[in-house]
Amino acid sequence: MAQASDPHAASAPGGDANDGPLTTADGQPLGRALRRSQRRAKRRAFLLVLPLLAFILITFVVPIAQMLQRSFYNDGFSANMPQLSAWFAATERGTDPDDAAWAALAADLTATAEARTIGVVGTRINYDMAGTRSLFTSTGRKVRDGIEPPYREALLEIDEKWGNPRLWSVMREASSPVTTNFYLASLDRTRDDDGNITMAPENQQVYVMLFQRTFGLSLLITVATFVLGFPIAHLLATLPMRRANLLMILVLLPFWTSLLVRTTSWIVLLQQQGVVNDLLIWAGIIDANGRLQMIYNRTGTIIAMTHILLPFMILPLYSVMRTINPSYVRAARSLGATSWTAFRRIYFPQTLPGLGAGALLVFILAVGYYITPALVGGSSGQLISNMIAMHMTDTLNWSMAAALAALLLGSVLALYWIYDRLVGIDNLKLG
Amino acid sequence: MKSVLIASTALVGIASAALAEGEVNVVSWGGAYEVSQVEAYNKPFTEQTGIKVNMIAADNPATPLKAQVEAGNITGDVFDIEVSDAIRLCDEGALVEIDPADLPAAPDGTPAAEDFIDGALQDCAVANIFWGTVIAFDTTKFPDAPPATAADFFDLEKFPGKRGLPKNPKRTLYLALIADGVPADQIYDKLASEEGVAQAFAKLDTIKDNVVWWEAGAQPVQLLADGEVTMATGYNGRFFDAMVGEGKPFAIIWDGQYMDLDMFAIPKGSPNPEAAMEYLKFATDTQRLADQAKYIAYGPSRKSSAALVGTYKDGTTEMAPHMPTNPDHMTSAVMDDPEFWADHDAELSEQFNAWLAS
Repeated sequence: MAQASDPHAASAPGGDANDGPLTTADGQPLGRALRRSQRRAKRRAFLLVLPLLAFILITFVVPIAQMLQRSFYNDGFSANMPQLSAWFAATERGTDPDDAAWAALAADLTATAEARTIGVVGTRINYDMAGTRSLFTSTGRKVRDGIEPPYREALLEIDEKWGNPRLWSVMREASSPVTTNFYLASLDRTRDDDGNITMAPENQQVYVMLFQRTFGLSLLITVATFVLGFPIAHLLATLPMRRANLLMILVLLPFWTSLLVRTTSWIVLLQQQGVVNDLLIWAGIIDANGRLQMIYNRTGTIIAMTHILLPFMILPLYSVMRTINPSYVRAARSLGATSWTAFRRIYFPQTLPGLGAGALLVFILAVGYYITPALVGGSSGQLISNMIAMHMTDTLNWSMAAALAALLLGSVLALYWIYDRLVGIDNLKLG
Repeated sequence: MKSVLIASTALVGIASAALAEGEVNVVSWGGAYEVSQVEAYNKPFTEQTGIKVNMIAADNPATPLKAQVEAGNITGDVFDIEVSDAIRLCDEGALVEIDPADLPAAPDGTPAAEDFIDGALQDCAVANIFWGTVIAFDTTKFPDAPPATAADFFDLEKFPGKRGLPKNPKRTLYLALIADGVPADQIYDKLASEEGVAQAFAKLDTIKDNVVWWEAGAQPVQLLADGEVTMATGYNGRFFDAMVGEGKPFAIIWDGQYMDLDMFAIPKGSPNPEAAMEYLKFATDTQRLADQAKYIAYGPSRKSSAALVGTYKDGTTEMAPHMPTNPDHMTSAVMDDPEFWADHDAELSEQFNAWLAS
């Protein structure tokens, strides 16, 4: 390190009376030298976190951003149907397709059929209008060898669906790669022939209800983990060390066990021919024909998820309770408070930072839970994450999956913001 | 979910960068099915050509295939996918076209184009097996008068107990219509109309409260074995494995089976295209397809293989009566219609989920 930049060298040298700003040994102003040295230290610190930053960027931020982009950007139609897209761009909504439009459609269909990209186009249109994908692929097979004018008659000859005004309206929507349609669909809404937003047919409305159910169940599970976890955390924090450690292992052991193992164990325990039902029958509480249905429904989801998420509530609570000085409660009691009042006014408020952290952790994890509801949820215990998975793996509609995921992410961030406003994120203690 | 997906794609990429030439990466479904492919295809292939085969398991190989195509980083060479995915990805320009003339002829000289069963040759994919979704029941629950038809599956009075059904519209709606008396060849016409879909849901409504919904292929077998359900639909190979391999007291009802094809496809831009094509030709020749039936009860896609199908690996069980392609099992079989599902899967899935949740 150069002597000049060492802030510790700052001094008023040689006892010279100097009224100017403080300088370093070689005469530089002290402030500048300090800033430069701090800059260097910061750069070094930044280099240390660089690997982690790059890792997070590459494996987390970039893929998520790419995925979220799909929710509003899908160029499956516009990139492959350039001539028809240009016609849509040049005309007003509601314009009936003229000869130029039909010629553009025929030319684009022929080109995409040859390039074998017509499936991409059909898939994109099928998202907004079911039953049209095969219209594109079958027409593509027929026009691959060329198509003669007049194009309108020729295409209608192949399939009269080409004359459907709704199809043209949907194609106009898709001719711009930026679209809100996936978000509309995620909220059970759609566009009518004139492009106005309307509700989806009643027998297809599912997402809003699932969002409500996801948040409702997550809240219920958060409350359940609190009710079950609070006394345990208190016990852990107040028992003598050796016994507390033993109990702690009982809490941590399930935490270290694979999620899948714990979920399937609940299936073994709770199913109709399972351990719990057998015990209840043995104890004479229910009879053999009245076996309880405790799994493959909402009850199963709540029980399994509460158990799996319990440690995320206990651990932050425990770490906060350990630091609470017992003499406060004793002081309250000695001043005449009942044990309930002492708990309510003295002890409980001090656990709030741990409770906040635990509740936030459990809630956010529960909102995105996927494998447990998929295995034990039956039909009534499904959450929105199961729909996202379905669109990822079954229908391969990644734009829809991205839109649902973006809404989920957005609402979690909104809740986080509300939490920050109400409780304050500084009050969070994770351990 | 998605970050896991992309991260795992990246990991597969890193792993495959270390591969030398003379290898081929085959992405398949894992489990007993993978074992049958390793035994029947991979081992003799490596023996004859010296090309090493790396087997990669996926829940549904079409998902990593689509992810790799989207990311522009193809690491698999051969993918074992369902016919609907094969046609869809072919139409989207993601797969290499395969000329039937390049495929080996049958031992008697019949060209491949005629030897394969209808639908088994697509523009970009070649089928290896037919598999069926069938009803199986626990024989100990119905000792006197066992159920025999799809309609019995919906008859809770005569055959009490819970039912196991897959949680998707594709393999449930058709069964409801078959049970309601719709002939197998009219299923898709029905499902294309609103009344037909309503009829299917109305039939499903009659057992809705008694259904345990499953998602993974291993679940229906487990549900039956646990006594959690008395009847379930599932993949015939899995039930066969439990019945013959593990001696479980199950029986299969072939009425109203849903037949599907698994196909080999090669994505454009795969790392070892020549080896991939060699593998595909080798694995879909007459002998190899017949050999696979020794390990799992799925039907070979070539007519010439049927005669060569012998006994299960235990050496005593004749495979022919357990094949979904057995003519006796095909009388009321519904063949998968990839065009129909490419058009209607999204819409019917939404209706199905809305119906489930209501």
